[in-house]
Amino acid sequence: MDTLILEALARALAVGTPLLLACLGAILNERAGVVNLGVEGLMAVGALAAFAVAASAPDANLWLAVGAAMAAGALLAGLHALATVTLRANQFVSGLALALIGTGTAGLLGKRFEGLPLFNKVPDWTVFGVALSPFTVAALALAAGLAFWLSATRAGLTLRSVGENPAAADVLGVNVALVRVLAVLGGGALAGLAGAFLSLAYRSSWADNMTAGLGWIAVALVIFVGWRPLRAVLGALFFGFLYYLQFRLQGSSPVPTEVFSAMPFVLVLVVLALAGVRGQAGDAPAALGRPYVRGER
Amino acid sequence: MRFVPLTTPSPARAALVTLASVAAALLLCALVFVLAGQAPGTVYGTMLRGTLGDPTGLAEVARRTIPLLLIGSGLALAFRAQFFNIGAEGQLLLGAVFAAGTALFVPLPGPLLLPAMFAAGFVGGGLWALIAAALRRVNVNEILSTLMLNYVAAALVTYLIAGPWKGKDVRGYIYTDTFAPQAWLPTLSGTQVHWPTLVLGVALALGLQWLLTRSTFGYALRVVGENPGAARYAGLKAARVATLVALLTGGLAGLAGAGEVAGIHHRLLEAGQISLGYGFTAVIVAWLARGHPALCLLTAPLMGVLLAGGDLLKIDLNLPFRVVDIFSGVMLLCLISGEVFVRHRVVWGRG
Repeated sequence: MDTLILEALARALAVGTPLLLACLGAILNERAGVVNLGVEGLMAVGALAAFAVAASAPDANLWLAVGAAMAAGALLAGLHALATVTLRANQFVSGLALALIGTGTAGLLGKRFEGLPLFNKVPDWTVFGVALSPFTVAALALAAGLAFWLSATRAGLTLRSVGENPAAADVLGVNVALVRVLAVLGGGALAGLAGAFLSLAYRSSWADNMTAGLGWIAVALVIFVGWRPLRAVLGALFFGFLYYLQFRLQGSSPVPTEVFSAMPFVLVLVVLALAGVRGQAGDAPAALGRPYVRGER
Repeated sequence: MRFVPLTTPSPARAALVTLASVAAALLLCALVFVLAGQAPGTVYGTMLRGTLGDPTGLAEVARRTIPLLLIGSGLALAFRAQFFNIGAEGQLLLGAVFAAGTALFVPLPGPLLLPAMFAAGFVGGGLWALIAAALRRVNVNEILSTLMLNYVAAALVTYLIAGPWKGKDVRGYIYTDTFAPQAWLPTLSGTQVHWPTLVLGVALALGLQWLLTRSTFGYALRVVGENPGAARYAGLKAARVATLVALLTGGLAGLAGAGEVAGIHHRLLEAGQISLGYGFTAVIVAWLARGHPALCLLTAPLMGVLLAGGDLLKIDLNLPFRVVDIFSGVMLLCLISGEVFVRHRVVWGRG
């Protein structure tokens, strides 16, 4: 029984890691008032960039691959920042475009890496006798760090004020556009990191569509956890556990496979509806989704 | 750089900005092709020659224009009401499922079968969109919900064709039995252009334009979309407008799905084979048309070129069909980014 629980926890942590990383990134930019629905695309380019570096230069330091993933995520997110912050485009539609560009570009450029083995995969660490991916450890540390940063530091407060009341922040001398651009870039880097975990540690290979909707679930998770980094840990574990159940029950139950492949998405809908009914959607940063124009409102 | 609002943005300005946005998108895509080791000239040349350059290509464009026109004109309406339905892909699939179910299992006299399939398709797509409209009442963003429903719809199709609806003489691939000939739509000879659906699409695009500009419902829809505050003050029920819009746009996507199975495939098959991303491409069709359903008569064929061209890139240059996603995404991004230049004048320097 113990081993079953441990196995469940280990798998929940493994699937939960990219969810958590991407969710933390989305919390970062949403707390500054910018929604980015493009997480799926950011993860895809992150996964490809990491794999491309690791597979092309087997001797290269793996941190380089991780850095490439974060840079790729930030670069693509930069398009979102330009469109939504500078040119005030609709954040939701821009994010959707980003998702298409990211998955499309990764699919096109990644074709030559399909089926290649990865020799230098990221080894697990042993923490208190438990084997954990460094990505998992980093994700947990980042959640704690982001929670502290947002609530207890001056910079965190500034970021939140930009998301809650950009006009007031502007009056106090905060460069609203700059804060938002940096938050979007940071969010993109974290989503890229989530992608790196997939191609360097979780799968250790590259395949088209390997993000498989995890990015969309991360976006929904942000609402579910009420924009709070520490709750995101629990939320990611919860969805990770659901993935584990899906994996366990598949084949051994009379329920058709397709029910399991649809389950995460149905659950996201249920969870979003529950969050909405409980009024949690009201916890959103007040200026979320709205471009800031000086002198308006 | 500052943006100074223009009091009366001219249509000429809008057209010019749209053209510039499309040009910027083509340039950005060219950059991606260079990264992928392809000469942009070859890529664009292949796409244009094989679509507009010969009769077969033109027929392929027309075939793809049909679903884009139906979905796009519905979405144009939805966007005017600020209902961002991104789930046309799933709604199309549900339309295909309902139409196929009617063709396979409902005993109807021959002449009634096709109309019944289209009616069922409308209902299927409409119901799927209604889920999103209902969720919107509890503050679930419809972009997220309609997207999630796309994945669910695809799983449903796979379940049906691999399970209860699996064809009798099917090996390897999965699909249903072929429909009876009474459930086949006529096509222009030698092509896959199922013209009845095309006629339906043209009629509906014009009909929706009328609805939007001349009817009371259209007026309510525009007020709700442009000024929610004023709508509330005037006693317009925004939720009811959203529900009706969802039903209409989802229904139109469902019609597109019915057209695809009745006109081309004559059976239900895998999601990826029924739709080539029509749902997403139609978003651009609607955006290019700037919320005028009738203008989709121009923009749908334009994007039809893109989809037919994407197919050629797959065959001729061995590029993955996902290339179309890049086109769609970049074009969408450029179009919405250009929007600000329609309504504003740019002044350099700080304000």
